Amino acid sequence: MSRMTNRRGHASEWALETLIRVLGFSTIGFVGLIFLFLLREGVPVFFEVPPGNLFSSRWYPTYGIFGTLPLITGSLLVTAISIIIALPLGVATAVFVREVAPRWTREILKPIIEVLAGIPSVVLGFFGMTIVAPLTRELLGVPTGLTAFAGALLLAYMALPTVISVAEDALDSVPRSYRDAGLAMGATKWQTIWRVVVPAARSGILTAVMLGMGRAIGETMAVMMVTGNAAVLPASLQAIFQPVRTMTATIAAEMGEVARGSTHYHALFGIGIILFLVTFLINLSAASAIFRARRKGGLR
Amino acid sequence: MSKRSSLTATPSRRLVPRLLAQRTGFALLGLVTFIVVAPILLVVGVIVARGIVAINWQFLSTMPFHGMKEGGILPAIIGTLLLTTGTALVAVPIGVGGAVYLSEYARDTGLTRAIRLAIVNLAGIPSIVYGLFGLGMFVLFFRFGTSILAGSLTLAIMTLPVIISTSEEALRAVPQEFRTVSASLGGTRWQGIRTIVLPQALPGIITGVILGLLRAAGETAPILFTVAAFYLPRLPRSPLDQTMALPYHLYVISTQVPGMPLSVQYGTALVLLGLVLSLNVAASLMRRHFRSKRQW
Repeated sequence: MSRMTNRRGHASEWALETLIRVLGFSTIGFVGLIFLFLLREGVPVFFEVPPGNLFSSRWYPTYGIFGTLPLITGSLLVTAISIIIALPLGVATAVFVREVAPRWTREILKPIIEVLAGIPSVVLGFFGMTIVAPLTRELLGVPTGLTAFAGALLLAYMALPTVISVAEDALDSVPRSYRDAGLAMGATKWQTIWRVVVPAARSGILTAVMLGMGRAIGETMAVMMVTGNAAVLPASLQAIFQPVRTMTATIAAEMGEVARGSTHYHALFGIGIILFLVTFLINLSAASAIFRARRKGGLR
Repeated sequence: MSKRSSLTATPSRRLVPRLLAQRTGFALLGLVTFIVVAPILLVVGVIVARGIVAINWQFLSTMPFHGMKEGGILPAIIGTLLLTTGTALVAVPIGVGGAVYLSEYARDTGLTRAIRLAIVNLAGIPSIVYGLFGLGMFVLFFRFGTSILAGSLTLAIMTLPVIISTSEEALRAVPQEFRTVSASLGGTRWQGIRTIVLPQALPGIITGVILGLLRAAGETAPILFTVAAFYLPRLPRSPLDQTMALPYHLYVISTQVPGMPLSVQYGTALVLLGLVLSLNVAASLMRRHFRSKRQW
């Protein structure tokens, strides 16, 4: 009798452990499914629209013109400016929090930065529309506040929690002996930080920038609400202070109105494929950098 | 060479400007940190100050009417709570199970590394791409329609990486000796996990689950085409119903409805922000509490 229950116990345990194994591997399945469904709905556009049209410089879907170039450059422009803003701010904050600030200041700063990570993007977008956009319009004297710059500013702040925390980890993993050696050579703490610690952490900081970039290029709501959504190819540096439209905003704004199965519908999924591949590559390289660093015994 | 000799020759004269540089440098870093932190407080401050006047019991507990310009936001609040519950029902078992596998069963093989890469990539996929995926798979292919079910499934997959990583961390924090002792008493691996490892890791897992669900509750892009109803002044009756939701509602009333009173917009923003941030704070306080109480 007892042997019977024991065997049944073994059977149910085997079933559970198998289930856990399946759940463990499920994430690979989900990435595959996501890509599969994007392909299924998006690939037809490459047969329906000639490549010359797809990569032209005008996006007028209602007239059958599907030039994705202004959308791609719009995304790149906004992402590039946001990283130019977020990199110095993020690294400086990480250095301050990790190397300079006294303990009590750190205890206050870290939760505030965590709050930023927790604010929903639609709330930041709303704040950007009602406060940031009018402010940049007044300050810069441009006709509308809904510009690439306003979007990039919001994106920079949305990327900051990621950049700061990864950069902090990178600084944290620089061995103490490096700092001691710098100080023992007669360098000040300031000199040690910039000539020894930060250079030693540079690949980790690069990873931080890449993860921040991945975050920025995929952001949707905040960008859609403040960039003005004009699908124009940026012609000069002036474009920074003019409305742009990103790939993400295009999908979000237009998918609600297209007929399912139409060329426009497939084109929006096609943009989704581009976004998926770009973020996939960014995250893959960032992740392999992190894994490699971990195996070497630190995130550096 | 000359730099070095001058350093050793007259250290004090060289040290003063260097210390001055250090002091200005540190002050500058402090200033930059302030530039990072101040807008965060400003966002929260402005939304609280301007939203609080709109919030009263009626705003929280009644249906909107007159083109959403009057009445309350009850269906959006209920919709967000239902979506978050649905997300939890799907994401928690899959996520915690996956974490148990990674922490207790997986060895360091190529396949395990593939799982970790998949998790990193899931975390990095743009939220709007999740929306497209949900539309393609759950709304159209499985014919769930735009519904709470389709949206919950979409949000659940998006939430998985957060739940898996935080749960795995909590499981790994349980000392190895606990497992050894369980095994030495004749327990199987699963018995050790069920009776010892999981209960010990539970507080960490719960905080991770809360953090993941908060992200789902605040997201707009994944529910745009999978759940969201523009204006639906009634409560959903089944998982296959559409529903309003707080983040989408805020987007709609701030961009799609002309002449919307600003106080209603700020009020809605405050309800969403308050919901997300208060649970966020609760989760971190909980984590701190359990960490300090921990015996190991």
